[in-house]
Amino acid sequence: MRKLLSLTLLALAGTSAFAGGYRVSLQGQKQLAMGHTGVAVVNSAEVLFFNPAGMAFLEDKFNASVGANALFAKTKFQNETYNWQNSTDNLGTPFNVYASYKINKWLSAGIAVYTPYGSKVEWDQDWQGSHLVNNIDLKAIYVQPTISLKVSDEFAIGGGPIYVTGSVTFDRNLNRSLTDENGNRSDVNLEAKGISAWGYTAGFMFNPCKDLRLGVNYRSEIIMEARGGDATFNDVPVFAQGTYSNTTFNADLPLPAELTAGLSFNVTKKWMIAFDFNRTMWSAYKSLTVDFDNNVPTSVNARNYHDTNTFRVGTQYVVNDKFTFRAGWYKDESPISAGYFAPETPRNDSMGYTGGLTYQINKKLGVDASFLYLHFDEIDASYDHYTENGNVIPFGGTYKSSVFSPGIGLTYSF
Amino acid sequence: MMKNKFIYFAVLAALGFASCEPEFENEVTNASYSAGEADFSTYVAVGNSLTAGYMDGTVSRGGQMYSYPNLLAQKFAVVGGGAFEQPSYADDVNNLGGLTLGGMQIAGTRLVIDFSAGGPEPIAGTPTIEVSNLQAKAYNNMGVPGAKSFHLLAPGYGNLAGVALGQANPYFVRHATSPTATVLGDAMSKNPTFFTNWIGANDVLAFATSGGVGVDHNVTGNLDPSTYGGNDITNTNVFASVYSSIVNTLTSNGAKGVVATVPSVTAIPFFTTVPYNPLTSSVLGGGNTAVGDATIAQLNAQLYGPLKQALTAFGAGSRINLLSTTGGNPLLIKDESLTNLSAQLTAAFTPSLGAPTAAFYGSVFGQARQATAQDLVLLTTRSAIGTAPVGVPAPLDKYGITYPLEDKHILIPTEKTAIADATTEYNNAIRAIAASKGLAVADMNAIMNRLVSGLRLEDGQIYTANYFAGTSNISTVLFSLDGVHPNPRGYAVIANEIIKVINMHYKAKLPIYEVGGFPGVTILGSN
Repeated sequence: MRKLLSLTLLALAGTSAFAGGYRVSLQGQKQLAMGHTGVAVVNSAEVLFFNPAGMAFLEDKFNASVGANALFAKTKFQNETYNWQNSTDNLGTPFNVYASYKINKWLSAGIAVYTPYGSKVEWDQDWQGSHLVNNIDLKAIYVQPTISLKVSDEFAIGGGPIYVTGSVTFDRNLNRSLTDENGNRSDVNLEAKGISAWGYTAGFMFNPCKDLRLGVNYRSEIIMEARGGDATFNDVPVFAQGTYSNTTFNADLPLPAELTAGLSFNVTKKWMIAFDFNRTMWSAYKSLTVDFDNNVPTSVNARNYHDTNTFRVGTQYVVNDKFTFRAGWYKDESPISAGYFAPETPRNDSMGYTGGLTYQINKKLGVDASFLYLHFDEIDASYDHYTENGNVIPFGGTYKSSVFSPGIGLTYSF
Repeated sequence: MMKNKFIYFAVLAALGFASCEPEFENEVTNASYSAGEADFSTYVAVGNSLTAGYMDGTVSRGGQMYSYPNLLAQKFAVVGGGAFEQPSYADDVNNLGGLTLGGMQIAGTRLVIDFSAGGPEPIAGTPTIEVSNLQAKAYNNMGVPGAKSFHLLAPGYGNLAGVALGQANPYFVRHATSPTATVLGDAMSKNPTFFTNWIGANDVLAFATSGGVGVDHNVTGNLDPSTYGGNDITNTNVFASVYSSIVNTLTSNGAKGVVATVPSVTAIPFFTTVPYNPLTSSVLGGGNTAVGDATIAQLNAQLYGPLKQALTAFGAGSRINLLSTTGGNPLLIKDESLTNLSAQLTAAFTPSLGAPTAAFYGSVFGQARQATAQDLVLLTTRSAIGTAPVGVPAPLDKYGITYPLEDKHILIPTEKTAIADATTEYNNAIRAIAASKGLAVADMNAIMNRLVSGLRLEDGQIYTANYFAGTSNISTVLFSLDGVHPNPRGYAVIANEIIKVINMHYKAKLPIYEVGGFPGVTILGSN
């Protein structure tokens, strides 16, 4: 027992569970506690997210997992040239609901609801970088009917369509100096609600021997197409009101595809180790282009994200019927290239440190707790693709972020 | 047992992570900066309108906040700088600027762009800044609009009774500690530990903005500034002597400081905005080129042709060329440096026009020529082009087209040379005097010259010395609508340049301003 605690503490002492960009890797308490591995882990209904193929290997007839996290993301910013300091503290509440039902020996069906993408960053209105962003709130809920087919005791496939419903609000100042006649900075607020889109997930799981599982899962790119969103211009001086008048807008925001491959290995009957590798196709995000329906010039904000790799390792130790402990670590690459570091997504490379446990109240019902700490090195970075009167105006400084997220969930199965 | 251990551990973990605030290795705080060898506890600025925060043709309550001394003082405060007080403009209730004397308006309100009309114009309203509203108080900002170098030492420059007589300065009157106080004396009463001194521009600028109607005392050799007219060029020896005593006084208590050079005044938009050759067919035709072409043909036949023919006969044919229907034609100007051919022209025109008319034409065109790229047209001349000179009948009733623009409208090359020579001499004196006292020099002359071709500053933007031209330079314009003084953004550039000089010379470390965040020109929907 003492040994176990020290292992968990070690994980704590380390570093972080947010993925780069606006990906939020918090899709299940058990798996998050294991470094958010899971493409080759069959623990609970959380496998509907990590690899639908694994649903067929769940032993119980009915499996459900629900959970939520409190995501505390903090970013500090400073610039010594101008004596600038600023910071933003944001709370997110990603959640997930998974349920599976074994229809027969070889076929299982289920439903998954989860929030893999999201971003909430709220800087002070009119802060130093307000011409890039005052605040952003991106929400996307994935609803995934899932089916899994056990081809043999060694091999299963699974997948399902994904329906996404989401919303985005975004506010930034029109430039660095424009104000109305009373000195209030002019800003534009973009809001699109009820955006829906479709995608899919598919995977397979293979058990070459008793203690080893291999898994591969692919979740498709889904483009959130905001159509007819509301663009509201605030505090615009009279002379500019002819141009900056309220209108509607169109914009596309890609939720990139993710390919995951991994394995899990039972060292002993009680002790499992898992490894996952994620490849996230962030290069789909070329620019945030907002096309207004009136004569406001189209706003093209270069992003040029690049594909990223995430390396994850997790472990789980079943102490007894009541307790299971977990810990994990991962290294998460940021999709943001040098010169594209915009304060709407102030995320550089990070290290995730996770831990957690399950307390089994009875044979059917368990409580899962997890935490994640994401460590970011401080970074000197800038966004060099904003222009005024034809000249590039870089915005940058030193950023330092940290993310902490405790989570709690329930698992029910029979 | 197991359970207790877990709870203990969970509490520990929660506490641990709650304290995991992101922290910088080197947190930027005020302690990151230093005053170096300077002591900013009492900062006093002396100078002219540029120091007072004058912009858009006036000092206003709002504009004054952006004076470069006030901007500097806010950065000095980071490293121990004390309070910085500027002359009160509390009576500028509606932020209009301008001046009244005994209730009578004597200076216009601040210039704005009236979007519904186009060009710059004074903001509507009546000034409430009353000259006789005496504050009798010394301030940290002792910038006095209109002051020349020797004015800083002149008793009576702040005497209310002298304003109407043109012997006193209405701005200094408002805060002079007594009618006999001097600007420098009031400045020294603050016991400055640090100063900036940017005086001297008006010693040459007034001559330039008047179109060179004043007298160049480097030519006359007059060394008594009390006899100088308002538009004269100060003799450089007088300047050097006055400047030296100003700096001696400012440093008499051991204060350190920055002196600034006199900018190249002919590079400001007041002189570079209106082209020498604006007369296109379209302009002459009021937008209709067919009408313009006909006008040009008529002008060539009736005025420019005969004039050129007559002048050619006297060996001065190059003064006038026929107007072209393609491209811009130069303005017609009077150049007082030319040989006066009035008598010859009168004689030449008498057979065709009759003696009285010929005499009039002779007098009008005796020193006339077309402008060249070497001439500078004043910003204020823009509204004079095409208007009727007083008492001049048709067809000569169009300034710049059929009647030469006058000395006050144009800077001709000889005047430019006088200005440039005086500026160079002043700046040589400023540098020498600063060097003798170990003072830092902010080379505003060099900055101005670099702005002419565009200067990329820390924020990435390329700023220029151009006049406001609409949305095409709304984010890069540094000059206010008077074409002479900076706008808030321009004053931020000046503050930054002075900070850089302080950092270098006094081994200080002060933060600068992000220039692009400052307002440019004021544009109102209507006025």
